[in-house]
Amino acid sequence: MKKKKIELPDVVLESGIKVKPIYGPEDVKDIDFKEDIGAPGEYPFTRGIHKYMYRFRPFTMRQYSGFATATETNKRFKYLIKHGQTGLNVAFDLPTQCGLDSDDPLAEGEVGRVGMAIDTLRDMEDAFKGIPLDKISTSLTINSMAPIMLAMYVTVAEKQGVPPEEVRGTLQNDILKEYIGRGTWVFPVEPSIKLIGDTIEYCSKNLPKYYPVSVCGYHIRESGANPVQEIAYAFLIAKAYIQHVLDRGLDVDDFVPRFSFNFDIHGNLFEQIAKFRAARRLWARIVKEDLGAKNPKSMQMKMIAGGGGGGLTIEQPENNIVRGAYYALISALSGTQTMALCSYDEAYTIPSEKAAVISLRTMQILLDEMGLRDTVDPLAGSYYIESLTSELEKKIVDMMEKVEKKGGIVKAVADGYIQNEVAKQAFLLEKGIQEGKIIKVGVNKYQAEEEEREIEFHDYKAEEAEVQIKRLKKVKKDRDDSKVAKALKELKKAAETDENLMDYVIDAVRAYATVGEITSTMKEVYGEFKEPVRL
Amino acid sequence: MKKNPIRVLIAKPGLDGHDRGAKVVALALKQAGMEVIYTGLRQTVDQITNTALQEDVQVVGLSILSGAHLPITKKLLQKMKKEGLEEMMVLVGGNVPKADIAKMKKLGVKEVFPTGSRFEDIVSFIQSNVPN
Repeated sequence: MKKKKIELPDVVLESGIKVKPIYGPEDVKDIDFKEDIGAPGEYPFTRGIHKYMYRFRPFTMRQYSGFATATETNKRFKYLIKHGQTGLNVAFDLPTQCGLDSDDPLAEGEVGRVGMAIDTLRDMEDAFKGIPLDKISTSLTINSMAPIMLAMYVTVAEKQGVPPEEVRGTLQNDILKEYIGRGTWVFPVEPSIKLIGDTIEYCSKNLPKYYPVSVCGYHIRESGANPVQEIAYAFLIAKAYIQHVLDRGLDVDDFVPRFSFNFDIHGNLFEQIAKFRAARRLWARIVKEDLGAKNPKSMQMKMIAGGGGGGLTIEQPENNIVRGAYYALISALSGTQTMALCSYDEAYTIPSEKAAVISLRTMQILLDEMGLRDTVDPLAGSYYIESLTSELEKKIVDMMEKVEKKGGIVKAVADGYIQNEVAKQAFLLEKGIQEGKIIKVGVNKYQAEEEEREIEFHDYKAEEAEVQIKRLKKVKKDRDDSKVAKALKELKKAAETDENLMDYVIDAVRAYATVGEITSTMKEVYGEFKEPVRL
Repeated sequence: MKKNPIRVLIAKPGLDGHDRGAKVVALALKQAGMEVIYTGLRQTVDQITNTALQEDVQVVGLSILSGAHLPITKKLLQKMKKEGLEEMMVLVGGNVPKADIAKMKKLGVKEVFPTGSRFEDIVSFIQSNVPN
C-alpha cells in the first residue's frame, strides 16, 4: 500500500533556527550533561545561578514608575516604602538624561515630562529626603549622565551620614546601547566608555554594595534586534566595559560580580527560554575562559527579564494580559532574578493602576498557584529545549564573531553598523507583519472592529517646569560661584588626562554646579557624539 | 525619459530617542525607489528646515512620539513658510491621537500616518500627492 506523504509547513524561528516537528535523543547526543548543563548554582550555570532558585527565594517583582519633580517623587517613594517596597526605580526627564538644565532652550516642553528633573544636588537631596540610602536600594535609569547622578547620590548619602560601604543601588550606565536604541547619548563613544570605567572603578573601591552597570539587551531588542543580536550585542558591550576596566589594572573578580543584565522576553516561548539558558552558559564561559575569572560570582549572569513592550499590541489590548502572562511564564522558566512586566494598556496610554496590579498578580499567580517556584529549571533535559539552547549558544557566538571581524563593538557602534543591522531587522519584521507572513493576533489575523482608543501621553505641566526653573535660579543665586568655577576648572583639567573623574564630579556637584554646567565642561574636552546615519 | 526619484527627508525633532519608526519608514520608502535622507536624533526646527532646503527634498516626514506633535509641527511649518518652502509636502508619523489629525491638517500637514500605518499607504500617498 502506498503511504500518503504529509506536507508540513516550515517553521523558522526569529534567530533563523529551523524547528523540527519532533525532537529525540539524537538531537542532544553532542551535549555533555556535566560540561554543558550541570547542576543549578554550579558552573556553567545553564540551569540557574543559585542552587535552589525560587524554592529558596522567589524572583523580585519590580514595576517601573516616574514622577515629575523631586518633591513629588519623594512623596511617591515614601508611599511605596510605607507599603513594603524595598527597591525604588527612578526615571529622569529627557533634558536630565541628555545633560541639559531645565532652563536650556532645547529642554523646552520636556522638563519633568517622562521622569524627574534634576538640575543640581538640591533636587537629589529633596528627592531622597527622609529616605535612608543604606536601607533602600534605588535603581537610577541614567546613562550618559551616570557619573553626575552617582556623584549626587553618594553626596546625599554622605549628608545623611550613611557610610559609603553601606550605600545600595544600581545604575543603568550602559552607554553603548544608548547609541543603538534609546538615544540619550552626549559624548563620543570612547570618552563615554572611559566614564563608565570611572564609575565602575569608583564603585569597586568605595561602594561595595552598589551595582554600577546594568547592560541592556532589552533596548536593543526593542529597537528591532532578533534574540541572537540582543544577547550577542549585550555581551560584546559588557566585554568592552570589562576590558576597559581590566586595562586600568583591576582584577576581573574585583568588579564583574557587580555586573547585571536587562533582557527582553517577547517572541516564541521556547526560543526565549533557550535564549536565556544559552546566554547564562555562554556568559559563564566567557568570564571564566576569556576573562580568567576565578570567583564563580563573576561568572553568574544576573538578570532582570521582563517588559516585552515590543510584543504588545494597541489592537484588542486585553490580549496583552494574556501575552503578559506568557512573558512572565517565560521569565520564570528562564531563571530570572527580577521580573518587570509591561502593562496591557501601555501601548496607548500611561499604565493605569488596574493594569499595573494585573501585571503584579500575573507574577504572583505563577509563584503561588502554578508551581513555578517548586523545582529549579523544570525544562532541563527536554530534547527540544536542550537542543535549542545549544543551537542558540552557537548562533550567539557566531554573531559576536561577526562583529569582532568588523573591528569590534565599539567601532561597529561608532560607525553605525550595529544601528543599521538593527534597523534592517526592524524593517523586515514590520514588513513580515504587514504582509501577513509573521502573525500578530488581532493585528493581521482575527482582527475585530474596535472603537478608537484615545492615545494618552505623560502630562506636561508647564507650571511645574516653571517651578523647576525657579528652583534652579535660586540654587544658582545662593551658591558660591567661585567654588563652582574652581571645581569646573579642576574637572576640565582632569578630563584632559586619564585620571578618574569621579572625585572631581563629586566636588562640582557639592558646590551645586548644574548638570548642564558639568556636561558643558566635559564637552569642551570630549566633544559631542555625531550620529552616524546609515540607511 | 526616466523620472527622477522622489526625494524625502525623514526628520526626528526634539529630545525623544525613539527612532525605530523613523528608520523603518525610511527603509520602506527607499525600497519603494525614493531617495531618503534621515536627519538623526535631536533636530531643531531650524536644522530640519535647513536640511530640507539644502537637500532640495519634495517631502518632509516628521516622526514624533513624545506627544509634542502640535507645537513642533506648527513651529516647523512657520519656519518653512518663512524660508519659502510652503510647497514642500509635510507628513507626520508617530503617536498622534485621532482627535489631533484634523488639527494637524489645518496647520498645513498633508497627511498623518499614526503608528501601525501600512508602508504601501505611505508610499502611494507620497507618489500621488508629491509636488513636482
